[in-house]
Amino acid sequence: MRKTNYVGRGLLLLVIAGVAGYGIGLGIDLLISNTLNFSGSVPSAFALLLAVTAFFFGLYGYRGITRGLTWQILGTVLGALFVTGVRALMGSSKIFGAFLFSEPAWVFGALVGVISFLFGVGVVDDWMKWARGIDTPEHHEDEPGWEKYFYVSLDHKVIGIQYTVTALVLIAVGGLFALIFRTELAASQLQFLTTTFRLFNQTGPQLYNTLMSLHGIIMIISILLGISGIMNYVVPMIVGAQDMAFPRLNAFAYWLAVPASVLMLMSLILGGFDTGWTGYPPLSSRAPLGMQMFFLGVFTAGWSSILGSLNVIATVVRMRAKGMIAMRLPIFVWASISTSIIALTATQLIGLSFQLVMFQRLFGMGFFDAAKGGNPVLFQHLFWFYSHPAVYVFVLPGLGVISELLPVFVRKPLFGYRWIAMSSLAIALVGFTVWAHHMFTSGMNEYLRVPFMYSTLLVAVPTGVKFFSWVATLWQGKIQTPTPMLFVLGAIIVFLLGGLTGPPNAAISLDLHLHDTYFIVGHFHDTIFGGFVFPFFAAVYYWYPKATGRRMSEFWGKVHFWMMTPSFLVLTLGMMRVGLLGMRRRIVDYDPALGLDFSHFVMTIAAFLIGLSVLIFFINFFRSLKHGEPATGNIWNSRSPEWQVPSPMPVHNYEVPFEVVGEPYDYGLPGSKYVEFASADKVSHSHS
Amino acid sequence: MRHFLIVGILVVVAAILTYVGLDSANLMPVAASAQAVPIDEMWNLELIFMSFFFALIVVPLAYSLIAFRRKKGDTSDAEHMEGNTKLEIAWTVLPLFIVIAFAYVGAVNLAETRRVDPDAIIVKVTGIQWSWKFEYPPYGVVSDELHLPVDKQVLLQMTSTDVIHSFWVPEFRVKQDLVPGRITELRITPTLEGDYKVRCAELCGTSHAFMEKPVVISSQGDFDEWMAEQVKLAEQAAATPGGRGQALVAANGCAACHSINGAQGIGPTWSGLFGHEVLLTDGTPVSADEAYIAESIKAPQAKIVAGFEGQLMPSYGFTDEQIADVVAYIKTLR
Repeated sequence: MRKTNYVGRGLLLLVIAGVAGYGIGLGIDLLISNTLNFSGSVPSAFALLLAVTAFFFGLYGYRGITRGLTWQILGTVLGALFVTGVRALMGSSKIFGAFLFSEPAWVFGALVGVISFLFGVGVVDDWMKWARGIDTPEHHEDEPGWEKYFYVSLDHKVIGIQYTVTALVLIAVGGLFALIFRTELAASQLQFLTTTFRLFNQTGPQLYNTLMSLHGIIMIISILLGISGIMNYVVPMIVGAQDMAFPRLNAFAYWLAVPASVLMLMSLILGGFDTGWTGYPPLSSRAPLGMQMFFLGVFTAGWSSILGSLNVIATVVRMRAKGMIAMRLPIFVWASISTSIIALTATQLIGLSFQLVMFQRLFGMGFFDAAKGGNPVLFQHLFWFYSHPAVYVFVLPGLGVISELLPVFVRKPLFGYRWIAMSSLAIALVGFTVWAHHMFTSGMNEYLRVPFMYSTLLVAVPTGVKFFSWVATLWQGKIQTPTPMLFVLGAIIVFLLGGLTGPPNAAISLDLHLHDTYFIVGHFHDTIFGGFVFPFFAAVYYWYPKATGRRMSEFWGKVHFWMMTPSFLVLTLGMMRVGLLGMRRRIVDYDPALGLDFSHFVMTIAAFLIGLSVLIFFINFFRSLKHGEPATGNIWNSRSPEWQVPSPMPVHNYEVPFEVVGEPYDYGLPGSKYVEFASADKVSHSHS
Repeated sequence: MRHFLIVGILVVVAAILTYVGLDSANLMPVAASAQAVPIDEMWNLELIFMSFFFALIVVPLAYSLIAFRRKKGDTSDAEHMEGNTKLEIAWTVLPLFIVIAFAYVGAVNLAETRRVDPDAIIVKVTGIQWSWKFEYPPYGVVSDELHLPVDKQVLLQMTSTDVIHSFWVPEFRVKQDLVPGRITELRITPTLEGDYKVRCAELCGTSHAFMEKPVVISSQGDFDEWMAEQVKLAEQAAATPGGRGQALVAANGCAACHSINGAQGIGPTWSGLFGHEVLLTDGTPVSADEAYIAESIKAPQAKIVAGFEGQLMPSYGFTDEQIADVVAYIKTLR
């Protein structure tokens, strides 16, 4: 009852502050540009920032996230005013820009805003105290209720849930964007995103490009947060650690993602950008201001990913339970390590490439400007050196979830454990050598394309090992199909379709036809849904009882699965078909002469069914917090350590440490155990 | 053993059915170039492998779900089976050979699409936001349509004046990006007469979707006829300022944003523009005379018409004479 009131108060304040912010923005815009622009960016920017902040204020009061957002707004405005002032003093002719402040002012302001957020939310408090010579306790007590999720907590389980819920929010936003532009594509000709349409200073086609680009990047950030969510929640628990190796760094990595998300939404409002998430120059060096917000947002989120993966590696290397040797690690940990190695070492390249374009715009540096001796193709090399391995960052944890859950529901050991573990590492390493397969038509050296075809096809080998081993695990098992297992099976089939449609793109000659078409769009949606979305849902259904002590509704879980899976197959197979027939990527409209109208209509319906199924998931997720069937025991009958203790998990995990005494997945071996908990008298001698 | 036999048979059946289904689904547009032939062969080879591996995974998976489903009330575990090293080695090494062979076939296939004819016709292609410009050097003709004779290789020498574009005619299969500051090449041998469209495949901004122009493949005779007409038209046009202006407008793709019939576009229409008053973003009215139009071509951001805020028109680097020609042409659009 109490909670509903808070949410209601938050929503009320959201509306009031939104309207007030719009009015303030309209006024400021009128003062400076002398026109009353109702579809302009400035009123909407004020409305968005104030509304979101007011919502959290109503929900939660002036602390934690509310304080962070307030500081971010103030920091942004102060930073922008500072640059504006400097420009005025220097006698610059352009003090203000099309979006109130000039571009350099916005960029500097946004950077100050991000840093201010981190100070405001309090995630650097302890470090600041240490710098001043003040000691802080090792752990901080969290509030018992839901409030702890809205301020800085050092508990890996709280942070894991913060990550997961933020990822779900972003999935909803990115999915909504997709539904908007999918509706535009339901028929040829422009439907509602027409050239006379105006929103946020953008015409229909421009807004289409912005939404399409933001759908890509918001989903990517959502995936990065989603995998961090699962890894944060699960990894310390299944290796027997009390927490992550660096709890403050862990919190810092999470809280970076919040201002990054705000920047992404700001990019939509501040003119948008029309480059796709790839941001290729020269297009990105001449795109509207939104481009810079996008660059900064990715930059910030990239830091989150780098620091988070560092923490995962340190935790697994240093904090495993006694007896947990490499070949007795839970398989999900192998996947997490592989993914973290990539994220730790490759993310810098996307940050660097975006930073170079930022500087090109701000300071006129000619890195990718042919007129100044730069090379646009160089950007693509830098960009894909991260952005291809990033795909494996997205899917490896998901494939780990598949391998982790299969034995539980098949009641049989994971077939070829060592091979599956090594295949994750192999995919991660080979993944570093394939980036130029995104560039077969780019004008890169023609002969260099051939070695990249070889390396790309090589990825099929370790991926194949996983598929064969999964099928062998299912073979002669005793298979049960509760909701998590349904999503695991869906993941295998969808990822198989993604995997099988990969080699055609690797064959250079055939890729000359497929590149930049909807075939690619269908292909990568299959890999990402099979490698991340399905396993992510499986993981949520599976570990939800561990986090809450209740389980999500089986009935609605199955409705979710059976509505989403067929719709998704229709959508992506349809995408591939229209792509082969001539449908290019990233277009607001297509030639009616191609005869693809009916296919697009069917795909649009399928997309809405997916949206509906995810909505059902959301309702199930939040409803089950209170009304779910209580589930405090080992409901999946798993051997894994976290299920040997009651749910929900206590704050510092295990009250007594465990020791690994057997193989993790020896289902069907009588009398065998994976872990053994120390008896009470031994506790005092164990590590702590 | 019985299980293996059933699954083995089902895999073969499913693989064949999948292949036949995919093969008869007409997934590719008509093949209209010599380069399309090896590419379609490669696609067919991929289809065979896709069908086989799809069946190889999905059939045992589906079979297991039916045959090895846990019986009601059974709470025991399955038989303990940890793995089989020989099997793992087999399904690592065998695919390894397959992919290496595949990459070799792919390289040979690529070489076939790149076969060079020393007598190829050369056409210079320029990508412009958001139009195409085709120059035929021996004839001195510039057009926004690509006309080619059938069965003769053409070498497209391509570049871009602004951002990256990509030349793609789906019926020809091959695709190549146009990169500012350098020349990229693409060889195509059209083999089927007909009307096609070149479609920009690399996202290039607001009107990317509409960056399409006709590609006409005709017999050598028809091509020569078209070319002779173009040469004649170009000579006629060159005689008057308006005609030269019209040619410049066509070649630079101005119509991608500015309509000449009053239709709404990315930029203001030119129909009935000259001599009339337009309203700028700050509310001041301006008479669209020669000086105003010339300024708007030279420095597009200097004065922006209300309703077209945020539309970034590039400056095309025209000479003063060329601008005078374009203005003369716009004058004719009453």
